[in-house]
Amino acid sequence: MKLLFERSRSGRGSDLLPACDVPAVSFDETLLRGTAPRLPEIAEVDLGRHYTELAKQTHGVNDGFYPLGSCTMKYNPRVNEEAAALPGFTQLHPLQPLESVQGALEVLHTAEKLLCEITGMDGMSFQPAAGAHGEYTGLLLIRKYHQSRGDSARTKILVPDSAHGTNPASAAMAGFQVVSVPSNNMGGVDLDALRRAAGPDTAGLMLTNPNTVGLFDANILEITRIVHEAGGLCYYDGANLNAIMGQARPGDMGFDCVHLNLHKTFSTPHGGGGPGSGPVGCKAALEPFLPAPRVRETEGGYTLYTPEETMGQVRSFYGNFLVVVKALAYLLTLGREGIPEASAGAVLNANYLMRKLAGAYTMSYDTPCMHEFVMTLEGLAHDSGVTAMDVAKRLLDFGIHPPTMYFPLIVHEALMVEPTETESPETLDQAAEVFLKILEEAKADPEGLHQAPHHCPIGRPDEVTAARNPILRYHFEG
Amino acid sequence: MGRYLPATGDERQAMLQAIGLEDTRQLFDVIPEAVRLNRLDLPEGLSELELGRKMAALAGKNRVFEKVFRGAGAYRHYIPSIVKTVTSKEEFLTAYTPYQAEISQGVLQSIFEYQTQICELTGMDVSNASVYDGATAAAEAVFMCQERKRSGVIVSGAADPQTLSVIQTYCESRSVPVTVLPADGCATDPAALQAVLGQSTAAVYVQSPNYYGVLEDVETLTAAAHEAGAKVILGVNPISLGLLKTPGEYGVDIAVGEGQPLGMPLSFGGPYLGFMACKQAMMRKLPGRIAGETRDAQGRRCFVLTLQAREQHIRREKASSNICSNQALCAMTASVYLAAMGPRGLRQAAQLCAAHAHYLAGELAKLGFSLRSGAKPFFHEFLTDCPTAPETLCAALEERGILGGLPVDGGLLWCCTELNTKAEMDELISVLKEVLGK
Repeated sequence: MKLLFERSRSGRGSDLLPACDVPAVSFDETLLRGTAPRLPEIAEVDLGRHYTELAKQTHGVNDGFYPLGSCTMKYNPRVNEEAAALPGFTQLHPLQPLESVQGALEVLHTAEKLLCEITGMDGMSFQPAAGAHGEYTGLLLIRKYHQSRGDSARTKILVPDSAHGTNPASAAMAGFQVVSVPSNNMGGVDLDALRRAAGPDTAGLMLTNPNTVGLFDANILEITRIVHEAGGLCYYDGANLNAIMGQARPGDMGFDCVHLNLHKTFSTPHGGGGPGSGPVGCKAALEPFLPAPRVRETEGGYTLYTPEETMGQVRSFYGNFLVVVKALAYLLTLGREGIPEASAGAVLNANYLMRKLAGAYTMSYDTPCMHEFVMTLEGLAHDSGVTAMDVAKRLLDFGIHPPTMYFPLIVHEALMVEPTETESPETLDQAAEVFLKILEEAKADPEGLHQAPHHCPIGRPDEVTAARNPILRYHFEG
Repeated sequence: MGRYLPATGDERQAMLQAIGLEDTRQLFDVIPEAVRLNRLDLPEGLSELELGRKMAALAGKNRVFEKVFRGAGAYRHYIPSIVKTVTSKEEFLTAYTPYQAEISQGVLQSIFEYQTQICELTGMDVSNASVYDGATAAAEAVFMCQERKRSGVIVSGAADPQTLSVIQTYCESRSVPVTVLPADGCATDPAALQAVLGQSTAAVYVQSPNYYGVLEDVETLTAAAHEAGAKVILGVNPISLGLLKTPGEYGVDIAVGEGQPLGMPLSFGGPYLGFMACKQAMMRKLPGRIAGETRDAQGRRCFVLTLQAREQHIRREKASSNICSNQALCAMTASVYLAAMGPRGLRQAAQLCAAHAHYLAGELAKLGFSLRSGAKPFFHEFLTDCPTAPETLCAALEERGILGGLPVDGGLLWCCTELNTKAEMDELISVLKEVLGK
């Protein structure tokens, strides 16, 4: 497919702006750029077709089943997009007088209240722009908390070895040392190992529950008690909240702060990798440290204020506001009954699909799952040479986005499947048939699977060359 | 209400049976009774019609100003109609990060095109796939410059205060010393920079046009920093680069900026776009996603996420940053915008912005709003004194549907773009005359 630059012809393009209606300004020659940027010059019709073609080479949730584990690729309702496109939201300058943005502040305040109720937290900031950004912000809360008590010895964050890579990376960015805690044979936290690791240098623990193998850690109260007794705080990574929202709350499990991924659990779209939103909620004891500004409701309306011991800002303004608008629309649509129905649907769909595959595929843990399950293809790889990667790539031929591959790291040849609640039983049945068919192919024709996919716009790309000889931009001729 | 759940009650019952359960509550039997939630205190769910009304009512409580003379980090520009058409395509909207290259060439190619455009715009060698916003781009750039014996960062006090605040937050947790230079006369004083540069200085952050709209003496500041062995990070306005000297031409090490002016509406502060580009030598220090060109087995050109050895999912706590996503749809927005504008359109936008701002500054000067920056060159923003209390003046303008300059340091920080017509500016001036009794 041609690049924008290969479609460019000198002199083409549209007149988008009017002639200048005031005297022109001339800057000193030394302030001007020497040559024009080589931006494409394209007729609007060709620009439109270019992106239509790119769209055809992009698989979104609306293109087919998307059981990408830990990413919660649920349906993204159109009405939320409409709400976020209202000029009353899109045309607001972030530094308008407060009396002229009362609706926007009400959006933030209402979303905060509803999400605090769902998580069992007391306060929340929407400034973090994504999940990893939320993790970082949550860890800064923990850091500020210990600092405020003059407790400078707490330099370590405990992270299970099954955790997502952003957990240790965020902890390092927040200035902590990372201590990896091994998992037990059910993928949960090894309590003895946790007891040994927790101590006077423990700043906190980062945990997802359900964990990254899709199981709820029933020892959760004991886990948070161990950390609290050692003087540390407990951080809830909200990546897997879709399994339990409306059923149980991180705040009741002993967590002190959480981050959520509005682009997962609360159905705002992923946009091909952003914009997301990673709000951070916390218990009252941590509220004074939240990023500034925060929204407060007063008798005279909504206003902004700076928490007394704020960490400062982690992003400009109030975060990805329009994403919060979409999440609020979703929350208001689902409401009291819909939130627990969604999590129940997610867990039901996952168990249903797991049961359909369990006879043929090896499940990592032989127990009912929460919203996702992890299969290990180690045996298949050993017997036939067909890997998790091969199976994943073959799924592409059937219009199914593969599950998350090779994660969590504690499971070999892992495929992590998260169907979400917005898939119908027949979609799950069809997907199960495809999975089973691929397993037969693996036995009959392993070579065919190594070559998969066969019906995509491209075959497997050469990633090694891409990294060894990086070509990261188009190079113009001449 | 079961919104967005396709399975009917009967179907759900059949599925429960298939897994050997009778009731959905049993799905959660593993959760200890002590933490099972019995009552969720949320409002009842709404139908789509009710929701539409509710959201419209919320939006209606905001006031949209038709005439905006305020920037300060968020800029209202003309957005070509094709931009929204492209970025609202469901494939782009609902896809995940393009890990599966075979079915994600659309997103990957668009990132590659975006990276190329950012390189062209900034005159730098390598761009990443974007980060959250301009402020976090600046903070991430500071981290890119950390060396074993050099960690301190010197930040221009004339930079956007929010960028400064984010740099400070990020640096505090990593114990990176931050020195803020004074901003007398709305610009960075090279002598003040010279005085604090040292062997432990890792980087100098300068913004041009700066918070006050002034074009800094980037050449002198860069020379001083490089002389001391420090890297230079330049914050830029992408529209200004249609016309003005690029970070590459100034010889800086990293260019960053807020990409919002490139086709993103004001949106009460987000989603926005942080762009980052650097010299070749720093390529492997860039944080976040980067798309690269390669071939498939049949020799077809294709694109993948690459240089992943820098990233958190491989390196965990040793990663160059914790960032996992980029702002892909915002990067695509910027890319479509730049393609629609083309080199001539972007230059025209920059010229209109500057011309309008200079016209307004001239008219304001006649009313006694003198420029705080004196004779220093400026782009499309400028700080003036205010003959009366800025808040009174702004209130009077707001009554007439005009969002005036932002009250800053006892003065007003004004901004013009291509959207502020001469007629609009003349109206602003006549309102001011009225208020001032002239």
